Amino acid sequence: MNHDEIRDLLHPYADGELDLVRAREIEQHLRSCQECRHSEEQIRALHETLLNDAPAYRAPRHLRRKVRAALRRETKERVFSPWLAFATAATAVVVLGFVFIQMKSASRENAIVDQVIANHVRSLLATHLVDIASSDQHTVKPWFDGKIDFAPDVHDFAMSGFPLVGGRLDYLDGKTVVALVYQRNKHPINVFISPAAEVHDTPPVSSTLRGYHIMSWTQREMKYWAVSDLNETELCQFVNLLER
Amino acid sequence: MFRLTESPRLSEFEREVLPHLDAAYNLARFLMRNDQDAQDVVQEASLRAFRFFENFRGENSRGWFLKIVRNVAYTVLKKNRPDEMTVVFDEELHGGQTPTMNAGLALDRAQDRQTVRAAIEQLPAEFREAITLRELEGASYKEIADVAGVPIGTVMSRLARARRQLQLILSNPK
Repeated sequence: MNHDEIRDLLHPYADGELDLVRAREIEQHLRSCQECRHSEEQIRALHETLLNDAPAYRAPRHLRRKVRAALRRETKERVFSPWLAFATAATAVVVLGFVFIQMKSASRENAIVDQVIANHVRSLLATHLVDIASSDQHTVKPWFDGKIDFAPDVHDFAMSGFPLVGGRLDYLDGKTVVALVYQRNKHPINVFISPAAEVHDTPPVSSTLRGYHIMSWTQREMKYWAVSDLNETELCQFVNLLER
Repeated sequence: MFRLTESPRLSEFEREVLPHLDAAYNLARFLMRNDQDAQDVVQEASLRAFRFFENFRGENSRGWFLKIVRNVAYTVLKKNRPDEMTVVFDEELHGGQTPTMNAGLALDRAQDRQTVRAAIEQLPAEFREAITLRELEGASYKEIADVAGVPIGTVMSRLARARRQLQLILSNPK
């Protein structure tokens, strides 16, 4: 290596980055070359100055704390904990159970709706619409006494265009229920009433099946089903009368 | 009965990377040239490093972490102080110059901490990082090359130029 080449390698030489062969060559050159020796000394001197007079900055203590806190926040959502796993599993079980119960009760509701329609249709086919034919609520209501263990409200809505036709006993969801029959023009309406499982009132829910409209609701601890081939609007009017 | 458990990844990160927080702050401090920006850079870089920690395969955690610190610092510099970053040191222009300073001049003078640190801060960013990593952190050329994302030859010439500039600054105090 000539003088220029060696001068270019003085920095890696001073930094201990050269292989042994080249380092030996430079050492030998330094013994004979004052200029290079001078440059090499300056590099070392600067290094000493920087180390002594410009010591590296140290991270402030509160920065360390801040970084740790930020990292903890970062992991919070990702941390696996038995408690979290347990809570998640428990939630899943509750949700699944709830969904299952909902599905069961929904299918039960559907089964009842089917029965309601079947009862309605049967009452029309068998000319067994009523056991007690009367438009007088004071005749119909006492007829149920002793036949069932609850007393349904019976009202005539002839003034509103829904005259009471009569009443009978029917069978719904494994129980004996009251069936009140009303008429709107030529359309008979069956109203099934039985004691409700739930205490609180629920607003009417309507469903339509095979051309029949059914509305069911709960009031004063009684479960009501109104079913008819009447259009939905008029059935709603009727239900509003019953709900009063 | 149940207790929040420490993430194993976090404890590994704290063991492997956080010991280099001083080096990270030192690099960020010289690159950003003020304490508040340096702290912000270190905090952001720590979070990024933690997110990428899965990709780290145990070779050199200091170099790996410092590279992230450096990238965050440059991103902030380019965004907030683009004028600083357009200063490109012309290696060809300065390459042939030999500093004409007397040996030991910088040594003879009692240099206080502030003067020397201020001298480093006058250098372009690429030189500041090379000097900081080499002289203050004792990093090898290879490590500096990895952090800066340049070949070792570039590290070599940057260091040589940076030292020449520093010697000039220190021998000609304003």
